[in-house]
Amino acid sequence: MGGLQVPLEHVQILAAILFSMGMLGLMLRRNIIFMLMSLEVMLNAAALAFIAAGARWGHADGQVIFLLILSVAAAEVAVGLGLVLQVQRHFKTLDMDAARRLRG
Amino acid sequence: MSLIALVPALPLFSAALMLVTAGKLPRLLVACLGAGSIALAAVCVAMIASSLLADDTVQTQTLWTWFAVGGFEPGVSFYIDGLTVVMMSVITGVGFLIHLYSIEFMWEDRSFSRYFAYMNLFVAAMLVLVMADNLLLLYLGWEGVGLCSYLLVGFWYQDPANGRAARKAFVVTRIGDTAMAIGLFLLLAELGTLDIQALMQAADATWQVGDALPTIAALLLLGGAVGKSAQLPLHTWLPDAMAGPTPVSALIHAATMVTAGVYLIARTHELFLLSPLALNTVAWVGVLTLLLAAFAALAQQDIKRILAYSTISQIGYMFLALGVGAFASGVFHLVTHAFFKALLFLAAGAVIHCLHHQHNIFRMGGLRSRLPLVFWVFLIGAAALAALPFTSGFYSKDAILLSAWEANRWLWAGGLLGALLTGIYSFRLIFVVFFGQAHTEPDRQPGWQMSLPLALLAVLSLVGGALALPLSGVFPTLASHPLNHSIEIIGIAVPLVGVAVAYLLYQGRQLPAERLVTAGPGKDLQSFWRRGWGMDALYQALWVSPYTALANLLRHEPVDSIYNLVVRACRWGHQGFAAAQNGALRWYATTMAFALIVVVALVLRGEV
Repeated sequence: MGGLQVPLEHVQILAAILFSMGMLGLMLRRNIIFMLMSLEVMLNAAALAFIAAGARWGHADGQVIFLLILSVAAAEVAVGLGLVLQVQRHFKTLDMDAARRLRG
Repeated sequence: MSLIALVPALPLFSAALMLVTAGKLPRLLVACLGAGSIALAAVCVAMIASSLLADDTVQTQTLWTWFAVGGFEPGVSFYIDGLTVVMMSVITGVGFLIHLYSIEFMWEDRSFSRYFAYMNLFVAAMLVLVMADNLLLLYLGWEGVGLCSYLLVGFWYQDPANGRAARKAFVVTRIGDTAMAIGLFLLLAELGTLDIQALMQAADATWQVGDALPTIAALLLLGGAVGKSAQLPLHTWLPDAMAGPTPVSALIHAATMVTAGVYLIARTHELFLLSPLALNTVAWVGVLTLLLAAFAALAQQDIKRILAYSTISQIGYMFLALGVGAFASGVFHLVTHAFFKALLFLAAGAVIHCLHHQHNIFRMGGLRSRLPLVFWVFLIGAAALAALPFTSGFYSKDAILLSAWEANRWLWAGGLLGALLTGIYSFRLIFVVFFGQAHTEPDRQPGWQMSLPLALLAVLSLVGGALALPLSGVFPTLASHPLNHSIEIIGIAVPLVGVAVAYLLYQGRQLPAERLVTAGPGKDLQSFWRRGWGMDALYQALWVSPYTALANLLRHEPVDSIYNLVVRACRWGHQGFAAAQNGALRWYATTMAFALIVVVALVLRGEV
């Protein structure tokens, strides 16, 4: 151990900043590709927090969860990109505000 | 078979025939049916009357039992005594003349057949009213004439104002009818029968003079009479009822239907004699009405409204006579009034007919030389109305005033003032319409169908005072009083004074009427009287407006608004939630993020 020179708080703050940026991107971007990318950023922010916590307490669980998140993200991207293709084909646009059918 | 049932059956049959053919019959046939059925009925009445006068008995005929409920079995049965015969003669006799007149008056109307159907139906209902031997059958006729009055006042229904007048006539009389119906229930509950003769005997046997129950019953019957006969306080419908064709006004609103109240009180006079209070009320209602209507008649401009108010006033005299116990005089005045008022209405109708439907007397004038026949008959009618000596109205009104003098000096004074006013307003009509400058030229002369009834009614108005009505067996004989000559002379002089005043005001111009009413209190008073003492406005404010306001309120169902509130809350919630389901992905994400922040914040603060 002792390899970690960065204090845990800093890493957690970084993770929180990354997560917030991802969430803001998800809320503000209209292009679905960018929304998926924002989602990836959020997932990775969470993963970073796990890694840092695992390293802090010398626990393997952090890395296990990281691997889980990685695979979930991969699966999500696979399904998500498929949907993006369908959206593009169906609506002729990637703007998610335009691609809505419900009217409330 | 007895002729009695034929009398109402003939007009009823004719009316039914015209109603089911719905105007498909040729005009001439309709005219023959309409006037002919009444003529035949009049012939039957004449035969019944002659046989009745010959042996001086009461005739009855029972057709069938109407219904039988728990011992109460009113029959469709008729009872003919002197009073009934008098009424039947007036209805069929004057009715026939008016039908004859109507043939010419209504000839160009589109709904000629409908008119005669309603008129015949009216005559049938009126005959049922006077011939009924029980109060229930009388009530059937009573409502029947009310219906026909409604139909005929609103005869020209294309004009909404006429429909309004018809509804007013119907609703206002219905107020009185409701009181009368309650009176009938009371009599049935107390005495167990509605058969008039049995009822009167039972009332005499059961009740003492001055008891509360006969007073209540008599006052309730008086309510019905007041509504039907357009007396205070339910008189407001009659002037508006002039919206109907003029012969209708002559038949229904002068000669017959409006006198049904007088007939009702005369028919049930034993009951009224049991209650001095009710009888007094009748007299005072009569006097107040005759004065009020006479003043209102002074200020009217529409020739038919003048006659309408004078009808109200003359029926006031009949009520006065009934109220002081001079029942025979009241019925006598009913008969003479039927003659001269029908004459006046028909003559007014002739004027209106020949003057392009002009109703305003100040646009007439100078018709004496242009419509000479109408002038002479109108003059005779007005003289009889004003009770000038030796006309029929003189004998009947004089008898009433004498009886009033015996009963109560105030009643007599009121009647005398009314006589003065009658002289003024009837000769105001004569001077304004038939003298002076002509404002409208007549475009035709009345034909024989109009002239003949006018001439006959004029003769009846002149000599009708000599009729001896067979009423001695019907009413209790009055104690004879020594003749009071000074009272008689006053009674003769007062109408003449009225005529003289009218002459000064409208013909001699020594005291021009215009000077009285152009400014100051005279003008206000005239406009007040023209509006019928503001009674319509008063009733509008007292009853009609609150009622319509309440109806408008209830139309929006205020009680249901509580439940509507629940419905609205549900709908509002639904709309709120539905608005959230808008398919905007970013909106979902934002909502989730903020909700998460809130939840986390709450968790961190330890509140959840």
